[in-house]
Amino acid sequence: MIVEAGHFALILACFLAIIQGTLPLYGAMRNRGRLMALSAPAAYGQFFFVSISFGALIYAFIVSDFSVANVARNSHTLKPMLYKIAAAWGNHEGSILFWAFILSFYGAAVAYFGRKLPRTFYVRVLGIQALVGVGFYLFLLLTSNPFERLFPLPMEGNGLNPLLQDPGLAFHPPLLYMGYVGLSVTFSFAVGALIEGRVDAAWARWVRPWTLLAWCFLTSGITLGSWWAYYELGWGGWWFWDPVENASFMPWLVATGLLHSAIVVEKRDTLKAWTILLAIIAFSFSLLGTFIVRSGVLTSVHAFATDPERGVFILLFLFIVIGGSLLLFALRADKLQPGGLFAPISRESMLVVNNLLLSVAALVVLFGTLYPLLRDALTGDKITVGPPFFNLAFGFLMIPLLLVMGLGPSTNWKRADLIGLTSRLKFVFAAAVVASLAHFYIAGGGDMMAAVWLGLGLWVFLSTFYEWAERVKLFKSDAMKRILRQPRASVGMSLGHLGMGIVVIGMAGSAFWGTEDQSIMTYGDSQEIGGYEVRFNSTDGVSGPNYSAVRASFDVRKNGREITTLEPEARTYFAPPMPTTEAAIYSTFMGDLFVVIGEANNKAYDQWAVRLYYKPLQIWLWGGVAIMVIGGLISLSDRRFRLGAVTRRQKDE
Amino acid sequence: MMAKSRAANRKQKRLYLVLTSMAVLALAIGLVLSALQDNISLFLDPTELTERNLPDGEHIRLGGLVAIDSFEKADDGLTYHFDITDGAETVSVVYKGSLPDLFREGQGVVVEGEVHKNGPFVATEVLAKHDENYMPKEVLDSLKKRGLYQKPGEEGSI
Repeated sequence: MIVEAGHFALILACFLAIIQGTLPLYGAMRNRGRLMALSAPAAYGQFFFVSISFGALIYAFIVSDFSVANVARNSHTLKPMLYKIAAAWGNHEGSILFWAFILSFYGAAVAYFGRKLPRTFYVRVLGIQALVGVGFYLFLLLTSNPFERLFPLPMEGNGLNPLLQDPGLAFHPPLLYMGYVGLSVTFSFAVGALIEGRVDAAWARWVRPWTLLAWCFLTSGITLGSWWAYYELGWGGWWFWDPVENASFMPWLVATGLLHSAIVVEKRDTLKAWTILLAIIAFSFSLLGTFIVRSGVLTSVHAFATDPERGVFILLFLFIVIGGSLLLFALRADKLQPGGLFAPISRESMLVVNNLLLSVAALVVLFGTLYPLLRDALTGDKITVGPPFFNLAFGFLMIPLLLVMGLGPSTNWKRADLIGLTSRLKFVFAAAVVASLAHFYIAGGGDMMAAVWLGLGLWVFLSTFYEWAERVKLFKSDAMKRILRQPRASVGMSLGHLGMGIVVIGMAGSAFWGTEDQSIMTYGDSQEIGGYEVRFNSTDGVSGPNYSAVRASFDVRKNGREITTLEPEARTYFAPPMPTTEAAIYSTFMGDLFVVIGEANNKAYDQWAVRLYYKPLQIWLWGGVAIMVIGGLISLSDRRFRLGAVTRRQKDE
Repeated sequence: MMAKSRAANRKQKRLYLVLTSMAVLALAIGLVLSALQDNISLFLDPTELTERNLPDGEHIRLGGLVAIDSFEKADDGLTYHFDITDGAETVSVVYKGSLPDLFREGQGVVVEGEVHKNGPFVATEVLAKHDENYMPKEVLDSLKKRGLYQKPGEEGSI
């Protein structure tokens, strides 16, 4: 009964979205107040009904109602409750419903926080948001119904892939989706502005907080996924350039660009058309990403054969949304009057370079992700584009980006003085170069990229700090007062850039300075790695709620002193039957010690295959991202960005 | 006068923008093309590998099922020998390193490494997929092509 109610609520939401996406838009065109008044209630109603629908699906998972095909396929009675709930969005149908749920949530949020927007603009933004929703509702109802019943009723469900039964992964999709779907708001604002034919500083101030919010979610979501891959897959790696990862990384790159170009629109009233275009592209990437991950359609042309209905719908939907908005852009972009001028050396130019590099980087990733598909369609060859391709092509684009990132904040708007700029930052630059060369010398050559990344990371970190110190006049009296009085948006910028510098240093450390060792260890054996002495004590059988495991125990010593005991596990899950490894990690500021056990020797129970990794500065990577997100949130709390608040148009700072 | 210089300035600014964009794009295309040359690997199944007669040392990905009763662990405990089959042809593989959790006889697998005509395929990596598709998609397609795939499972549709 509850399941049918969920299905019915979804149909109602679809109708409300159709109304919200048509009548008020017509009303805005003809200036009919009554029609326009429909949009906010429709947005709230949509959210209400999709919540019921999504709630019904979660309920079906909680009570393990295996008469629902989706639950039977993806759940199991023995699973811990958290994973029963998480399974609701861990599958194709459920995740699309979850998407629609968040979309309607953002719709309602815009309806509420945007009340003070100009009337017609408000209605148009909500209308576009609803039209995107219609696409998702129809996709669910026509091709991917999560409430489909199953007959005859199975006694037990198939269970969820044990690799996915992890707290990190239970929260990874919700964060990622909040990010993906958050970009729908930016998209609606952009298309709304195109219909309206007006983009100004106020527009940028409305759009920035939504982009920033989406960006914060996207950043945390991607990182959580990467962190999960790091500790759960047990390979010591944290980024694999897998299509699924790329799918979330492309919208991130574009959203990061958008975040920066919107500043130019706000402060200098220029780059408007470009910003609108970026907003459209960012959301297009997040749609593409959702479908790459969730349907598998885009990873192989042959998938169309297995489910042509879904494939055709997705292609059509992408075509309408992306093609339609780009067409509108082509028709209306010249209406957007360009504003302020700027010289080749200026803050604006730096931000333009940032945007170009980020967009091209996104294109490179897109190309690498889709090239196998293209090649398959053209020649029938099956190929894979490996991480070395991405590391090389993407890496080279990041070098100028990080260089500009250090310069940008110290550059004046409109027209900057190159000589002044270089003389201010010359010591910072020299410090980064010296560190880089020192590393090169100490490491005795080695991989040159390690030195390059270390230098770039330091450059970004130090120049950001220097710019902040100059701004608050750190060494003059009353510095504290000035530090506290900084606008939150600029505090956010400084933290975001500092965080990025730390991330780059962490990446260099973990990717280039790490050591690893694979060997067979017998009880009592010791191994030396990264300055630690790791002693293999014993193994023990343990059992969890839906798995049994072998738990090994390792004593870790440093300079003869006992530090900790690590207990990696090799688990075997019951449903579906599948082995997984649980790494044990000892994290310190300077690096992670990472221990994984493999298989026992066939003949001797006390001999096990053991992998040890030492990953220097790994925690810097996670910490740096955390600082970036905190920076984003602080910036979001800036008074000027009170969601939707109309403020007087400000001139330059 | 003022307006005129503004317009001229705007044109100049556009020119800079276009030139920079072109430069960045050209750089990117150059990078992509040069990076692609060495960093793509062909995916083949055992039948295709046998047919193609590739030179020694060619870097490819090979996918299929791990043949039943072919798995052997060498005395050092870290080197493995196994066969990969697509039903029609079988290729033996040697791999030193640790195997992913999902590695089992009878299961689909993708290995990356070098072709050797007079010896086993030397794998440098055995790939573990970390999504909910238990069967690597390329392997699934290959098995379907060779008529070895019978069970209509979830793999293809999710």
